[in-house]
Amino acid sequence: MKKTGFIAVATAVTLLAGTASAATLDDVRAKGFIQCGVTTGLAGFAAPNDKGVWEGFDVDICRAMSSAIFGDPDKVKYTPTTAKERFTALQSGEIDVLARNTTWTLSRDVNLGFEFVGVNYYDGQGFMVKKSLGVKSAKELDGARVCIQSGTTTELNLADYFAANGMKYDSVLFDTSDEVREAYIKDTCDVYTTDQSGLYSQRSVLADPENHVVLPEIISKEPLGPLVRHGDNAWGDIARWTLNALIIAEELGINSSNVDEMKSSKNPEIARLLGTSGDLGSQLGLGPEWAANAIKQVGNYGEIFEKHLGAGTPLNIARGLNQLWSKGGILYAPPAR
Amino acid sequence: MAIVKTERHPELPPPVSQTGVIGWLRQNLFSNWWNTILTLVSLYVVWEAMSALIGYTIINANFAGTTREDCTGTGACWVFIKARFGQNMYGFYPEAERWRINVGYVLGAVGLFLVLSDVIKDKKWPAVFLFVVYPILCYFLFYGGFGLPKVETSEWGGLFLTLVLASVSIFVALPLGIVLALGRRSDMPVVRMVCVGFIELIRGVPLITVLFMASVMLPLFLPEGMNFDKLIRALVGMSLFSAAYMAEVIRGGLQAIPKGQMEAAKSLGLGYWQAMGLIILPQALKISIPAIVNTFIGLFKDTTLVIIIGLLDLLSVIKSGTTDKNWLGLATEGYVFVAAVFWVFCFGMSRYSIWLENKLHTGHKR
Repeated sequence: MKKTGFIAVATAVTLLAGTASAATLDDVRAKGFIQCGVTTGLAGFAAPNDKGVWEGFDVDICRAMSSAIFGDPDKVKYTPTTAKERFTALQSGEIDVLARNTTWTLSRDVNLGFEFVGVNYYDGQGFMVKKSLGVKSAKELDGARVCIQSGTTTELNLADYFAANGMKYDSVLFDTSDEVREAYIKDTCDVYTTDQSGLYSQRSVLADPENHVVLPEIISKEPLGPLVRHGDNAWGDIARWTLNALIIAEELGINSSNVDEMKSSKNPEIARLLGTSGDLGSQLGLGPEWAANAIKQVGNYGEIFEKHLGAGTPLNIARGLNQLWSKGGILYAPPAR
Repeated sequence: MAIVKTERHPELPPPVSQTGVIGWLRQNLFSNWWNTILTLVSLYVVWEAMSALIGYTIINANFAGTTREDCTGTGACWVFIKARFGQNMYGFYPEAERWRINVGYVLGAVGLFLVLSDVIKDKKWPAVFLFVVYPILCYFLFYGGFGLPKVETSEWGGLFLTLVLASVSIFVALPLGIVLALGRRSDMPVVRMVCVGFIELIRGVPLITVLFMASVMLPLFLPEGMNFDKLIRALVGMSLFSAAYMAEVIRGGLQAIPKGQMEAAKSLGLGYWQAMGLIILPQALKISIPAIVNTFIGLFKDTTLVIIIGLLDLLSVIKSGTTDKNWLGLATEGYVFVAAVFWVFCFGMSRYSIWLENKLHTGHKR
């Protein structure tokens, strides 16, 4: 708490010291690329491929923004950030946007002086058990030995959940996720708990992924989304509506392969989004093709999800909450009009 | 009639049980039942450990191929290291420009060899090359300039970044450490207090804190949009940190030199700097060699801490690689490879220091 207070004070000092650089969009256009903060490596979300190019679900948010602004998805430079220094990097202007599986919370939004532009992945803490255990629900886990990575909010959530349901558990703590996985394999514990996206990626590296099941319960809300600095709302709007455009595109059935045909669509919603009618692009300070470019060059939300996290990847994450609202999920973007 | 042998009996070789391999074994490994048991148990442990290690790293390992699917054996998947070898060595440095790093390596190796080995007796020019020309050359080679395209330091990574961090810190730490050590023993109160304050402040905090301050706190106090390069921040932090440790190591060496040496130097009419440079420091540095190299080795390994400020050195670039969804679950291979690389460098430094000690030993050896 003390630390956040200090950062807040420091931020205030910074804001007083540097009133310039209000228009991030102009800066970005002038330097010719977006400086995008990503993780130092999280399977499916951001990782360098064999060629040294960053790839992943979070990375594609930055690429979509680059398409919307420059009409080219590769005008992005990536700054790998750790959990500890990601916020400073954004506050100090080292990066323009942080797309790094960051949970949207009140204190981060308000106290740290950031603007979360939306949610690109609804995550939450879940449980993984061996199928042979025959457990179907987290409510049946009374007396279980639970493997956890120490020093994360996971521990607190777990204690709360078990206390609220009147159940007992033994926690087995480890320092890194690799150690937790080894312990889980060696039956040191019955249950592996962490964020569901993490469970899926851990499951994918087990020798026998089909013998393990991620239980349906989610015991905490972890909405992950990209964020920008307070104080430049125009830049925040671009980030927000690029993300929204990708979701709307999936809703309207526009994808990277049919976007050009869709431009002649009679549907006024599609015409507005793709820039064949109306002036949504210029309202954002971008060209009329902003959304069309992002969809064509990067893909709609569903395509991005399938490419990096979906069934075709080793991660094999189900859409779950991240399905469109019209298909049983909670993904809901305000209309583009 | 006396039965007296007139010629000498020919000398027989010592019994088989006393010489050669068997003799050595009997004497050292099987001299009594207790040692025999110990030997057998140890052999069993070594055999178990080594067969598992060799089985994992060589016999059952996969070397051929380009993708994860080529790893079918139960052992290590070296394909992972091979497929990303360029990235592990050079980070995100553009492939077309990597020859620049190699040229830097070759020049550095030549310079180091000339300065450190005994091939050339007069080391003045090699030293000028290595300590003055080479760093300037490297700056332009690695960063760009004089017609070479600019490569941002954010694209540096892998073993290259580790070596840059280690060598710059070593290069700065040794002279700065000598100055600090002399300052701490100075008669001038202000100089002494500044040096003591600096050393104790830096030694009082962990390296991770220094790096964290340089990377997280410093930008908060600078106006928005004004940023020092992340690598420079890390380099400054690491150099100052190791200089503080170096100062204490060298102070230990200085204190071991009897007072009479300085008095003798002064009675010959030498001034402070002459006495230091010609009499005291050569002796003090010589007896500090093991501790200095110890600090260097520690520093080399500490470079891995730069991950906390988001610089991808050898260890962290491999860790990032293990999160590529095409290469999930290969952390062990990564760590084994990094351990092997670090061992080669640290062992090399350690062997050089032993060689140097033997070369410089002039009768004080205990």
